[in-house]
Amino acid sequence: MNHWIIAPVILPALLAPLIGYVMRHDMPLSRVFSMAGTVALVAIALGLFGIAADGTTHVYRLGDWPAPFGIVLVLDRLSALMVLLTSVLALIVLMHAIATGWDARGRHFHALFQFQLMGICGAFLTGDIFNLFVFFEVLLIASYGLMIHAGGRARMRAGLQYVVINLAGSTLFLFALGTLYAGTGTLNIADLAVRLAEIPESESAIVRVAAMLLMIVFAVKAALFPVQFWLPGTYANAPAPVAALFAIMTKVGAYAIIRVHTIVFGPDIAATEGMSGLWLFPAAIVTIAVGAFGVLGARRLMPLIAFSVLGSMGTLMIAVSAFTPEATTAALYYLVHSTFAAAALFLMADLVITRREDDVLSGMPPTVQNGLFAALFFAAAIGMAGMPPLSGFLGKLLVLDALRAPGEIGWAWTAVLAGSLLTIVGFARAGSTLFWKSTAVAIPEPGPEEVPAPEEGPHEKTPSIAHHAPVTAMEAAPSMAALAALAALAALAGPAASYFEATSAQLFDRSSYVDSVLTEDPAALLEAVKADDGHGSEEGGSDGDGEPTGDGEYGVDDHGEPVGDAATEEGH
Amino acid sequence: MELLVATAIGALTAGGVYLILRLRAFPVIIGLALLSYAVNVFIFSSGRLAINLPPILAKYGDASYTDPLPQALVLTAIVISFGMTAVLVMVALGSYLETGTDEVDIHPAGHDASNEDAAQ
Repeated sequence: MNHWIIAPVILPALLAPLIGYVMRHDMPLSRVFSMAGTVALVAIALGLFGIAADGTTHVYRLGDWPAPFGIVLVLDRLSALMVLLTSVLALIVLMHAIATGWDARGRHFHALFQFQLMGICGAFLTGDIFNLFVFFEVLLIASYGLMIHAGGRARMRAGLQYVVINLAGSTLFLFALGTLYAGTGTLNIADLAVRLAEIPESESAIVRVAAMLLMIVFAVKAALFPVQFWLPGTYANAPAPVAALFAIMTKVGAYAIIRVHTIVFGPDIAATEGMSGLWLFPAAIVTIAVGAFGVLGARRLMPLIAFSVLGSMGTLMIAVSAFTPEATTAALYYLVHSTFAAAALFLMADLVITRREDDVLSGMPPTVQNGLFAALFFAAAIGMAGMPPLSGFLGKLLVLDALRAPGEIGWAWTAVLAGSLLTIVGFARAGSTLFWKSTAVAIPEPGPEEVPAPEEGPHEKTPSIAHHAPVTAMEAAPSMAALAALAALAALAGPAASYFEATSAQLFDRSSYVDSVLTEDPAALLEAVKADDGHGSEEGGSDGDGEPTGDGEYGVDDHGEPVGDAATEEGH
Repeated sequence: MELLVATAIGALTAGGVYLILRLRAFPVIIGLALLSYAVNVFIFSSGRLAINLPPILAKYGDASYTDPLPQALVLTAIVISFGMTAVLVMVALGSYLETGTDEVDIHPAGHDASNEDAAQ
């Protein structure tokens, strides 16, 4: 067992209470620790990525209990990829939050941030579906705090709605798990895969119900139609760095669908044959449409970006819904791309919005460094809309290429291509209104005098100056880093695609996953436990204590001998 | 007993869903609490209903036992839903104090709160 596998969960879990309790009044110290922890998380994730790259499935047994009885963490290519993606995104977001001072606008930002990372990493690593629920709750409860960070009317209302929807979703998750347990008698993902393969189609009703309930739960997280309605309000009203971090939260839902509905309710299992894709496909198409029309109709910048995230989730899930190795390869590529694209857009939008009155898309006097913001927005928008040369284009190309089956090609290609067109139009309109129309509007009284002023003293952080202050290198670096990730993903598309190909091949090799996790035959294990148990109780009985419980047996072992030793020593 | 438990779960769920759909903070909190009670009983029954059986493997003889795992799961679910309800109450309270309305639904800007203020 490699103990590094649990490190992405343990590290933030230890750091968060430390920051929350010990350093809560010391912002510089908590910034240092939070940043150091996130950098360490990236290093650990890189190490795990290297470990998983050899293609074997590594299993970490918590408490060393064998798989169907104890909880396991599973590290394969997919989970290593997701943990690495999480940690890199977290580093970018944290840099932005610290550079722009978002973390100081409310309390406990860094502690909640670390708890959030713990939940996300745990959800990606766990091999037990009830444990997945627990990590979902950890990441959700941290996200509730981050969502309402810094407060405000609109944010509190959106936060309340977000909490209510996710609590309802958690309840549904529990209903699904109860149904699944009643139908199969296990909650370990690998064990579930074995049991489901044995269930004949005639007795599959309860398992099919569980599969659909789970899909709805994951769809709530992944913001798929008809349960997508929470996303625009939440993302548009969340603090911008938090919205950028939430870009990975929708991917948690997508990951859960990829993992559970491939390994447990896979396409070749008689009990739930092809059912997942059948429902996922139309839902994904409608999600693309909702996202595209939302982008077109948005009147403010943050909802516009939120709807574009919705559209990208639709494109991602349309690839997932095929449940073939080729389509999953494309889905993974698009997943990584859309995470960074959404983060880049949100971080960039934050830089612009803090220098304007609000995020309404209307002609206003140009902000300082209008050209820089226009260029950043332009780059992030073509990344999200899927134009060359950034990775969105390649991602959508891979998705289209993978969806060639006769029944799906028409709908899928139409949805993706038309959705991309509408998204481009929406972003072009927003960008030209924000950055080009603004220069055409007559500049009101304070404009020309105030613009050069901050250049003399950009370090004075009085609110009026900060409002018009040019962006510092530290502030611009995180959004540029996210864009650089998109460029790198496009430039290294070949190696990346071959890695994703190996990942999906490993994902669809269900038997190797099951064999790695369930190293021993459960029936044999149970026999061994029983034999061991019988042996122990015989011993306990022969000692003549008259205690029929196991406690008596431990009592003799633990206390009997030392007492005896002490007595003999005294005798000598 | 199956009928009794199933009726209880159904009634709790129906009440919970109805209250959540009221879209006011207090009914929604009560509704989510009812839903979590329903799901706790549901998980408990997923290990089959049994009377007067211990939730441990019988050590001597072939005495029957009831499945202990759902009981452990319920314990986890109770703790989590308890904590979540506390968070929900605090967020709802914060939202009410900040915005002056306990509506959960978000209306277009300036629709709900301003109307209520005008009415008052």
